[in-house]
Amino acid sequence: MRRVAGLLALAAVPTGVLAVFFLLPVSGMLQRGVWPDGSFDLGGIAEVLGQERTRKVVWFTVWTSTVSTVASVAMGLPAAYVLHRLALPLRGVVRAALLVPFVLPTVVVGIAIRQLVGPSGPLGFLGLDGTPAAIVMGLVFFNVAVVIRTVGTAWEALDRRPAEAASALGASPLQVLRTVTLPALRPAIVSAAAVVFLFCATGFGVVLMLGGTRYSSVETEIYLLTTGAITGSVEYQAAAALSLLQIAAVVVMLLIAARLRAVPDPTVRRLRAPAARPRAHDVPALVATGVVLLAIAAPILTLLAGSLRQDGHWTLTYYRALQGSGQDAGASGMGGGLLRVPVSEALGNSLRIAVDATWMALLLGLLVSIVVTRRAHSRTEASVRNAFDGLFMLPLGVSAVTLGFGFLITLDDPPLDLRSSPLLVPIAQALVALPLVVRVLVPVLQSIDDRQRQAAASLGAGPLRSLMTVEVPVLWRPLLAAAGFAFAVSLGEFGATSFIVRAQVPTLPVVIYRLIGSPGTLNYGTAMAASVVLAAATALVVLAVERLRVPGVGVL
Amino acid sequence: MLSIEGVTVSFGAQRAVDDVDLRLDDGHVLAVLGPSGSGKSSLLRAVAGLEPLRAGRVSWDGHDLAGTPTHQRGFALMFQDGQLFDHLTVAGNVGYALRLRGLGRAAARSRVGELLELVGLAGYGDRLPRTLSGGERQRVALARSLAAEPRLLLLDEPLSALDAELRVRLAADLRQILRESGTTALLVTHDQEEAFAVADRLAVMRAGAVVQQGTTEEVWAAPVDAATALFLGYSRVLTGAAAAVVLAAAGLPPADAVAVRRSALTAGGSGGLLASVVAVRATPDEVRLVVDVDGVGEADAVGAPGWLPAPGDAVELRVDAARLAVLTPGASP
Repeated sequence: MRRVAGLLALAAVPTGVLAVFFLLPVSGMLQRGVWPDGSFDLGGIAEVLGQERTRKVVWFTVWTSTVSTVASVAMGLPAAYVLHRLALPLRGVVRAALLVPFVLPTVVVGIAIRQLVGPSGPLGFLGLDGTPAAIVMGLVFFNVAVVIRTVGTAWEALDRRPAEAASALGASPLQVLRTVTLPALRPAIVSAAAVVFLFCATGFGVVLMLGGTRYSSVETEIYLLTTGAITGSVEYQAAAALSLLQIAAVVVMLLIAARLRAVPDPTVRRLRAPAARPRAHDVPALVATGVVLLAIAAPILTLLAGSLRQDGHWTLTYYRALQGSGQDAGASGMGGGLLRVPVSEALGNSLRIAVDATWMALLLGLLVSIVVTRRAHSRTEASVRNAFDGLFMLPLGVSAVTLGFGFLITLDDPPLDLRSSPLLVPIAQALVALPLVVRVLVPVLQSIDDRQRQAAASLGAGPLRSLMTVEVPVLWRPLLAAAGFAFAVSLGEFGATSFIVRAQVPTLPVVIYRLIGSPGTLNYGTAMAASVVLAAATALVVLAVERLRVPGVGVL
Repeated sequence: MLSIEGVTVSFGAQRAVDDVDLRLDDGHVLAVLGPSGSGKSSLLRAVAGLEPLRAGRVSWDGHDLAGTPTHQRGFALMFQDGQLFDHLTVAGNVGYALRLRGLGRAAARSRVGELLELVGLAGYGDRLPRTLSGGERQRVALARSLAAEPRLLLLDEPLSALDAELRVRLAADLRQILRESGTTALLVTHDQEEAFAVADRLAVMRAGAVVQQGTTEEVWAAPVDAATALFLGYSRVLTGAAAAVVLAAAGLPPADAVAVRRSALTAGGSGGLLASVVAVRATPDEVRLVVDVDGVGEADAVGAPGWLPAPGDAVELRVDAARLAVLTPGASP
């Protein structure tokens, strides 16, 4: 009884936070659509879903996500093999660097792709600027890394003896790949594809920055509807309808993925094979990997170059402009006051908010992980716990825009008038980062054999002492890694933040978006410089995390 | 015909296989017997083309295999733990090589049925590997290897993962199946009983080198040196005066060293050697004694079951000449 009470107490805090800051806002948002005038009305929803524009938006979301997912998997597989199975110089460095696109703020990716395919960019001659192809490029850019990491980790742990057995039975390298290796990797590939599809379908910053109002995905459409950018008035009902559609689609997709992932025998034999020297038949994979790495480096390098060049000269003008607050359309020179604060101050805001979001996400994530991984003593307890686990994965499937807008409309009345609270933005970002934190910590806690705790207890260790002896030594690295990821996610978070951020305390991604939306080369240049700074800050955090060598990070 | 000439395999500075020569004629089963770490598995992997050679050559019918990748050698490899493909059914596993060769569905199914019958698993086709016992998994692995109709079957400790009773039964089955199918096979193992039960030729490997080879009977009867004798199951090696006493009691000419099996000395009858009992252990089949033999020192002996001497008792020992092996010094290669 005491045990259950203790677990309930542990579960109470995260559940309370989730209820107030996630379930309430999201349901508030949906309520506006389903009960528009205080009465239940599904007809409005049906009407919205039947509209021509909605159909176009849904179709656009589906096809761009599908194409991007297929491209990410196709590009990621050879690179996963090369970077995780072959002994190559600098392999560790490249693997670490590949983490950067994965956490790069979406506004940065957007501006980098624009710089690459824009009229004056290196790929300008292709005329891709403002086309869906540019959006697909952006989505692929930061999702290839997810595939490489997820599949690569599984590939690295793959026992090579079944492949050798097949080879000895007469299978050529290609046949071994098709009949033995790919089936063994199927769960990892399906996981990666599902996560990538999810990221693409709910991708916000990239689509907004590259598509504008012309090409809209479900996620950006919700944003455009709730900000009244399409018809000039806020359309709650349409936005709510799309949110509902999105949540339903995400749930269906996760169920399909779980089904596809199921294999005849789910047990995986873990055996870290030593990296092999590259051989003749590895050449195609090596070439493909080179192309992929080049494709990932190109936008970043173009962005960097763009931020350093003005009118054909190398200059630090744009970096100096970070001290200013943007160039107003009418005014000339710096300090015209497009933004209320200097860009450098926005960076400070971002860092402070990220620190808050990180400790919140860690605290909640740790509590959730502990509750989820304690051994269940009954079937009911196990199913309650599974539901609890699923509950905290919800922020992964619900669009950040829905969450942000829900904050805006539900947390502005007493007793929950939090709109001016400085903690609102960190809380929203912590909720967005929470699934990632839980996914890093749960496998580690699960890997601790319960008998270790029993052994500690039998030797006379109390619960706290046993925690220090058994859990803490294995947990501190993953905790640090989770902290790094939460920090990076918070730094780049844009969807939810853009709704609830206070105008006098903007974050860097919000400032970048505002600068890009304003005319003037100085504004655009400043946005690029700010993007480089943001990318560098994120990269530093993530590379520090990579040095911790926590296995399985990135496997969601 | 497989020939291995001067083969060396090294991992960094360490030579796992050091200048090994072996020959295996068609239709024979050669066991490479050695303790763990002797390099026997590396030798097997080198023959399969899974480990690069530092020096020497592996050839088949005089044709050097250096440029031939594993999948074109026609040497099926059976692992210690089977390495069945977990995502395929038993039938899928056994039929794997048949599908690679593009055999029709009906033909493949009937061939898979025959092979499963051969290994005593008829009707197991739809099971998944994980639902099988260790012995069943090894039988499936064997059927899968035979389906490839390999020129040479490579067996890496095929029975070691099984419990003792099953190992004996499966070893007999394995020998019979290899004979019936006329398969040429190279077996590596650390278990001398497994080697004797399955193979007709034996090569003893130690520290990367082959120290002795011949028919199983030859090697068994005349181990090349003391270490080989002990590895082959001889309980002690006696030298000098002790060897002379035992050989004299057996009616053999004197030699420098003699390897003695436990059952070479039988206590409880009348014989040539006098001894006193040091320790006694009863088993269902026999009584095992440690005795102190006059002029020899400590030795092992057996007695008939049911007869139980006490430590300190005086006994007489009879020596069975067939269970001694005279070691010739300097005979090792």
